[in-house]
Amino acid sequence: MMLRQVAKKALGLTARQSTPWSVGISRSYHENVIDHYDNPRNVGSFDKNDPTVGTGLVGAPACGDVMKLQIKVDEKTGQIVDARFKTFGCGSAIASSSVATEWVKGKAMEDVLTIKNTEIAKHLSLPPVKLHCSMLAEDAIKAAVKDYKDKRVKTNGAAAAGETTQA
Amino acid sequence: MASKVISSTIRRTLTKPHGVVFRRHNLSTAAAAAATDYEDESIMMKGVRISGRPLYLDMQATTPIDPRVFDAMNDSGINEYGNPHSRTHLYGWEAENAVEVARIQVAKLIGASPKEIIFMSGATEANNTAVKGVMHFYKDTKKHVITTQTEHKCVLDSCRHLQQEGFEVTYLPVKTDGLVDLEMLREAIRPDTGLVSIMAVNNEIGVVQPMEEIGQICKEHNVPFHTDAAQAIGKIPVDVKKWNIGLMSMSAHKIYGPKGVGALFVRRRPRIRLEPLMNGGGQERGLRSGTAATQQILGFGAACDLAMKEMEYDEKWIKGLQERLLNGIREKLDGVVVNGSMESRYSGNLNLSFAYVEGESLLMGLKEVAVSSGSACTSASLEPSYVLRALGVDEDMAHTSIRFGIGRFTTKEEIDKAVELTVKQVVKLREMSPLYEMVKEGIDIKNIQWSQH
Repeated sequence: MMLRQVAKKALGLTARQSTPWSVGISRSYHENVIDHYDNPRNVGSFDKNDPTVGTGLVGAPACGDVMKLQIKVDEKTGQIVDARFKTFGCGSAIASSSVATEWVKGKAMEDVLTIKNTEIAKHLSLPPVKLHCSMLAEDAIKAAVKDYKDKRVKTNGAAAAGETTQA
Repeated sequence: MASKVISSTIRRTLTKPHGVVFRRHNLSTAAAAAATDYEDESIMMKGVRISGRPLYLDMQATTPIDPRVFDAMNDSGINEYGNPHSRTHLYGWEAENAVEVARIQVAKLIGASPKEIIFMSGATEANNTAVKGVMHFYKDTKKHVITTQTEHKCVLDSCRHLQQEGFEVTYLPVKTDGLVDLEMLREAIRPDTGLVSIMAVNNEIGVVQPMEEIGQICKEHNVPFHTDAAQAIGKIPVDVKKWNIGLMSMSAHKIYGPKGVGALFVRRRPRIRLEPLMNGGGQERGLRSGTAATQQILGFGAACDLAMKEMEYDEKWIKGLQERLLNGIREKLDGVVVNGSMESRYSGNLNLSFAYVEGESLLMGLKEVAVSSGSACTSASLEPSYVLRALGVDEDMAHTSIRFGIGRFTTKEEIDKAVELTVKQVVKLREMSPLYEMVKEGIDIKNIQWSQH
């Protein structure tokens, strides 16, 4: 068997000419997915307690998918200046959340709420069985924005209460 | 042999369109990306680019054919092509002789008589024949089958089929170490139990069931004992008399033999009767009609012969490699759990769970190592492996399991490389994992309310 390999190499053939059925079987990964896995963008964490940071934690270990997406928002302009993610999940889940962090950067908070899971899925050519990964990424974005807004309300409320007590 | 290989390769080269190398890319966007040509030996398949073939550490799925087995098969292929059931001429007699020699080799490995070996197309057919055939034969008096929750899919599916026909099946749970609870087995046996089917070595977690004790219980209650020994023969000592086995399924491609052949051991004293699945000319004692696959059977026999001679040496070698793998990984990583009993285990199967890391993403990173996983994402449904679930493994750990299979031809270098790659990928994925981060901060993951959807 080894001789066959050596002989093939010597004659300029390699294993590339294998089955013609490598197209379109459910286990193919799109190159984008692999790229996001090998070179993940924006992995990391911000400080949860930072008032300019919104944290979205979605999914469940029992389902095999947990995504944590954090956005750093410029308070004055309401624009997302930076994002970080951490994911426990398959390659498609990691890629979906990585794409999500890329797409939210530099956008206003209202804009990112319109990001649809179908767009993420299309960008990564996710097969039907992996569509829930993109759904989770969309949920994570929404959860992060909601968390930031809740925090703002709390700090504004506290500031208002502080003023009244001081006065 | 070398000249034969080279000449056949040259022959193949000259008859193919040479020079146009068809590169198979999966998707149209990949074709555009392929403008950057990798003219070296890297292989591109299913969107994954790897340089060279991966290390093979998936011995439970199948094993490479031992070159000596290959020789035994092919020596006869060109000239001895007769049908072993042709009674009237030399070609038939030669082929029949060859099949009988193989039969003796298989029988010797398991301590049986050659008359008790029926050749089939594999362990799946043998399992089907055993479960369905025995129950159909005794369907007037025996309505009950006992099996375990960790059996191979073909046994479980055959039992499901029997349930649809009106039989009753008890799926015994297993303990957390993967072994059957003997008391539960004893209690489950009823007067109308027609078959107990428990596999000897589990293909996913590698645990070895207490076969002698189970055989004893079946003998006491006079119930035929069937075992799927596809992963066991040639690897652990198997003795059908000591274990009181009534039926045993075997597969060639798990012991360095060819694919497409296996056997069923059917005890003759006391005789186990069964209804054949394949009707026809009555070959193989009427239990499996059809022309015997002579070449494959020769390969199977040769593989069994080799296994018998080399079992002890293989066991020592594989055990050493298993320890090397486990210790190598444990030295560098924490949160590594071995699924299944460590004591009652076949050493060539190591099923590990890495906490806080998901199995499919780990496999994606381990593209230079051929292993398999019991995680949900790798099955078509989103359910984690039923074997791990039967062990009672926590759901988040069930998603993280990887099965390493070590065999006769695995080398120390392969194990070291696998350790290195695994550790690297697990560390990288743990950096990316929110669960690991939470644990490091001291949050107890089990107490969080997750937002399911």
